[in-house]
Amino acid sequence: MPVDKQSPILRATGLNKSYGDRAALIDASFELWPGEVLAIVGESGSGKTTLLNALAARDQPDSGSVEFHLKDGALTDIFKMTEAQRRLLARTDWGFVHQNSADGLRMEVSAGANVGERLMALGERHYGKIRATACDWLARVEIDPARIDDLPRHFSGGMRQRLQIARNLVTQPRLVFMDEPTSGLDVSVQAKLLDLLRQLTQHLGLASVIVTHDLAVARLLAHRMIVMRRGRIVETGLTDQVLDDPQHSYTQLLVSSVLQP
Amino acid sequence: MLKDNTSDVTVGEAVASHENQAVDQHFNFAYLDERTKRMIRRAILKAVAIPGYQVPFGSREMPLPYGWGTGGIQVTASVIGPHDILKVIDQGSDDTVNAVNIRRFFQRTTNVEITTQTQAATLIQTRHRIPEMALTEDQIIIYQVPVPEPMQRLEPRERETRSLHGLAEYGLMHVKLYEDIARYGHIATTYDYPVLVNHRYVMAPSPIPKFDNPKMHMNPALQLFGAGREKRIYAVPPYTSVESLGFEDYPFEIQRWDAPCELCGSRDSFLDEVITDDQGGRIFVCSDSNYCETQQNTVEQTAVTAAQSVLKDV
Amino acid sequence: MTTPVLRLTNVSKQFTLHHQGLTLPVLQNVNFEVAAGECVVLDGTSGMGKSTLLKLIYSNYRVSAGSIQYSQAGLVPLELTTASPRELIDVRRHHIGYVSQFLRVIPRISTLDLVAEPLLAELGNYEHAVKQAHDIASGWLTRLRIPERLWGLAPATFSGGEQQRVNIARSMIKPRSLLLLDEPTASLDALNTQTVVTLIQEAIAAGAAAVGIFHDQSVGNQLATRRIDMTNFRSITCAAQ
Repeated sequence: MPVDKQSPILRATGLNKSYGDRAALIDASFELWPGEVLAIVGESGSGKTTLLNALAARDQPDSGSVEFHLKDGALTDIFKMTEAQRRLLARTDWGFVHQNSADGLRMEVSAGANVGERLMALGERHYGKIRATACDWLARVEIDPARIDDLPRHFSGGMRQRLQIARNLVTQPRLVFMDEPTSGLDVSVQAKLLDLLRQLTQHLGLASVIVTHDLAVARLLAHRMIVMRRGRIVETGLTDQVLDDPQHSYTQLLVSSVLQP
Repeated sequence: MLKDNTSDVTVGEAVASHENQAVDQHFNFAYLDERTKRMIRRAILKAVAIPGYQVPFGSREMPLPYGWGTGGIQVTASVIGPHDILKVIDQGSDDTVNAVNIRRFFQRTTNVEITTQTQAATLIQTRHRIPEMALTEDQIIIYQVPVPEPMQRLEPRERETRSLHGLAEYGLMHVKLYEDIARYGHIATTYDYPVLVNHRYVMAPSPIPKFDNPKMHMNPALQLFGAGREKRIYAVPPYTSVESLGFEDYPFEIQRWDAPCELCGSRDSFLDEVITDDQGGRIFVCSDSNYCETQQNTVEQTAVTAAQSVLKDV
Repeated sequence: MTTPVLRLTNVSKQFTLHHQGLTLPVLQNVNFEVAAGECVVLDGTSGMGKSTLLKLIYSNYRVSAGSIQYSQAGLVPLELTTASPRELIDVRRHHIGYVSQFLRVIPRISTLDLVAEPLLAELGNYEHAVKQAHDIASGWLTRLRIPERLWGLAPATFSGGEQQRVNIARSMIKPRSLLLLDEPTASLDALNTQTVVTLIQEAIAAGAAAVGIFHDQSVGNQLATRRIDMTNFRSITCAAQ
C-alpha cells in the first residue's frame, strides 16, 4: 500500500489536565496528518475545549506532550519551545478561529488591517502589496473587497467569522484550529461558512482540528472524528464510521439524539 | 562644562539672571536625595545600555503635578552638577510658563548657570521640541514624556506590550500606520511619531513634531527620556540609529511650509502658525525662540556690516 | 496465481445497541475473494446484510471479527479492519469507490464541480487541471444524459434519477481498482440503466474488480461474472443481550 512515509503534522500523547479536583482531560492521544480534518465532538464539559487549548499551546497540560512538525524540521514538543517560537508559530504556520469573532479580530481596525496584520508582523512593508493581498483574501472568503476599509463592528456575524478565517489563512498556515466556528450563526449563514471552510481546507491542503457539538458540521467538514465524554476520548475513527456505526454507548446516544430533518 | 559665551545678552537671560536667588537650604542639591539620584542613574545606565527600552523606575513625588514634566525634572535632577549650564524650553520657547517654572526650580535647588543659548548649554530639558541648532557630544538633552509606550492606544495592556517589545513583535505599530493611510491617504501621525531605535526597539519619542525626528538619528548628544507619571526612563545613546517607521511606498516625510519665518526668514526650521487678526490673517514664526533670535541677529549683523562697509567706502 | 483484489476471511458483523440492550447479529463466516476483472453480485432478500457487507468493505462499518484484505498489483496487501484512518482515507481516495443509492448533496456546489471533485483532489487546483477535470466531468454528464443547462446548478433540486446519475458520475469518474455498487440503478429508467451497465462493464474490462447489489435481475445478469448467495452468511436471529 503506497502510504507515504511522511510524519504526522501533529501528535498528542497522553494529555492530562485538571482544574483543582476536576479532571478536565484524561489521557488523550491521537495523530493528525497533513491535509486531514479532525472533528472533536462532545457535549459541554466533555473536555473538547481543554483538549483544543492544549493542542494550540494556549494552555499547558499537566502531563503528556503535543508535538508539531515544523516546516523545515522535525516533530517538536511545542511546550519545550520558547514563548517566542510559539508565538511565531501562532502567527505563521498555525491558525486559530475563535467561536466568538471578537476574540479573533481587532474590532477597532479595518478589515484590511485585520487581514494584513500578520503580513506586517512578518516584515511586509509595502502598503500597496499588503492591501492587494488583503483584497484578494476578502474576495476568497466572499466579503466584498470594497469593504476593506470598514470596521468589523459593521459586519454581520457571518462576515466577521469569514474575516477571521481570512486573517488566519493569509500566511498559509498548515494547521488550523477551530473552536465551534459556526455556533451562534443563522442556519443559512452557517451553510455558507461551512462550505467556505470545506473548500479552503481542501484547496489549501490544510490540516485542521475542529471542535464542535454539531454532528452535521463534523460530517460535512471532517475526515475523522473523536468523541469525548467527561474528559476522555471514548471513540475515534473515520467520520462516517463513527456516525454510521457508533460502537460506544455514548456515541450511540449522541448520534441518535440528532434531529433528522 | 563652560562654553564660551560671547553673544549679546537676550531679554530672556536678563530676566532669568534677575530672578537668580541663593540656593534654598531646605533641599538637597537638585531637590532629590542622593539615594534617589543613584536609583535614577542606575535606571539611566540601563536605558543607555538598551537603547529605546523603557526602564521602570521609582518615580518620586515632585512639587508639581503629573503631566507637568516630573519625569524630565527627575532625570535632570539626577544628572545635573554644579558646573552645568542649563537650558529649559517648552515647545521651543524659553519664555513660556512651563519652561520658566522649571528653570526657576533648578535655580532654587542648584544655583547652576542658566542660559537660553542652545549652543551654550550642557543640559537641555525640553518639552515637545528638539532645538534647531545641532547638538554636540558634550551635551545632554532630556525630554519630558507623557506616554512612553508607543503602542498604548492599540494595546492598553502593559503585560501584552512588554511581551511584544521583548519579542520584537511590532506588526501592531504598522497596523496603526496602515490604518492612517487607508483612512486619510497618508500617515496621519504628526507628532510622537514612532521610531525604531538601534534596529531593535520601537520607541515613542515624546510629542515632538515629526519634523524633529531626523534630528534624533546619529545625534552626537546623549538623549534621555523621562516619564514621571508612567514611571519609565529610556535613552538614545550618542550616534545611535533612529529610524522613523513607514512603508516602502509611503515613507516617512517631514512637514514643510510654504512660507518662511516672518521674523528671521528661515526656511529650515519648524514654524508655529500665529493668527494675527479676525480676518484669518496669519504669520509663521520659528518655534525655537533661541534659534529665531540668533538668526535675526545674524541677519542684522550682516545688514549692519554691509551698511558699515558701504559707509566706509563713501 | 495473483493475489485477489479483495479477500474476506471469517468476517462477522453484529450491531450492539447499548441503549436498547440489544445485539443484532447480521453476518457471520463471510469468506470470499474477488479478482480483478470480476463482478461479484450479492444475492439475497432484503435484510440479509448485502448493504452491510458493502459498507464493511468500504470501512463505513466496523467488523465484529475477521479480516478484509485489499491488494493492488505490486503492493503490500492492506488489512482494512486494522488500517489507520489515514490509510483508509488514502485507499478510498485512490482505489476503492463506493456507489450508493443516495447522492450526498453538498450545498452550493454545482453539479459540474461535484463530479469533477474526485479528479481535482488528485491534480491539485491549477487552472489547467481544473479545466481538464471539468472537461472529463462534462463528458460523463453528457453520457448520462444530464442536460447541460443543469451543470451549473447544485443538484439539490434535481429529480431522484438525475441525482443518482450525478452520483454515479462522481463515484466513477476516477478509475478505481475496486468498485462497490449498492443498487446504483435503483431510480433509473431503462435507457439510463443500460448506460450505467455499460459504464460498469467498461470499468471492469479496464481491470477493476466489483462487488454489487442489484435489485434488477437483468442488470445483475448482465454484469455478474459470479454470484454469491447471502444466505451462506446469515447469522442466527436477534437475541436480547
